[in-house]
Amino acid sequence: MDHPNRRRVLLAATGLGAAALLAQFAARPASATPDTAKALLQSLAKGEPKEGRITIKAPEIAENGNAVPVTVSVDSPMTDKDYVKAIHVVSDGNPAPGVASFMLTPLSGKAEVQLRVRMASTQKIIALAEMSDGSLWTLAREVKVTIGGCGG
Amino acid sequence: MADDIKPRIRVPASPKKGEVIEVKTLITHIMETGQRKDAAGAVIPRKIVNSMSVTYNGKPVFEARLEPAISANPYLSFHLRVDEPGTLLFTWKDDDGAEYKAEQKITLA
Repeated sequence: MDHPNRRRVLLAATGLGAAALLAQFAARPASATPDTAKALLQSLAKGEPKEGRITIKAPEIAENGNAVPVTVSVDSPMTDKDYVKAIHVVSDGNPAPGVASFMLTPLSGKAEVQLRVRMASTQKIIALAEMSDGSLWTLAREVKVTIGGCGG
Repeated sequence: MADDIKPRIRVPASPKKGEVIEVKTLITHIMETGQRKDAAGAVIPRKIVNSMSVTYNGKPVFEARLEPAISANPYLSFHLRVDEPGTLLFTWKDDDGAEYKAEQKITLA
């Protein structure tokens, strides 16, 4: 029953498993993932976002990840009845997924914000717009980064 | 370091009543992420400006919550419809509890 060969195989298998697990733990604090970015957006605004109504302006290739200019605009009339309440921005390749959240009012007149983002590596920047009627809109855009901006 | 923190605001000179203007803001700040280590290998503690709120004649018009992923010397721009002349009041909040304020008058054409 206790076949030495079988035993060795089993041992090797558990060893491999443990190594994989360790690797995963080691990797975790280093980076946000598409999943953690999505989870963060879910916690910021509950509901199922539809794709569209957002435009993200950002360089296709950013040479310096320390300050990547990003413009997010949302298609909305910005009247008292129909306006953008909030714009949330996250990204999926930095140590943490959060970037910024902006609260707007009908007085904004135009739903457009501009910011500068640190990017550790090539990654997707994801914007989510929360409208006054409760609907959610989202869009993702990839920015290629040649020199990362996390100082490490 | 705290002495270096200086807000800058830029708005169009004299907008017409009802015009939508772009308000550009920048505050000089290190925005230390809390991810970096010093020469001895110790983590440099996080110190960022974590929010900016703006009122126009006392009414809240814009608010931003910032994370360490925002660049040093955070630049932000947003839009505002000016129906009346008035004063924009900007407040940035630092992780260490400090508040930085700036004012900008807007006169209509």
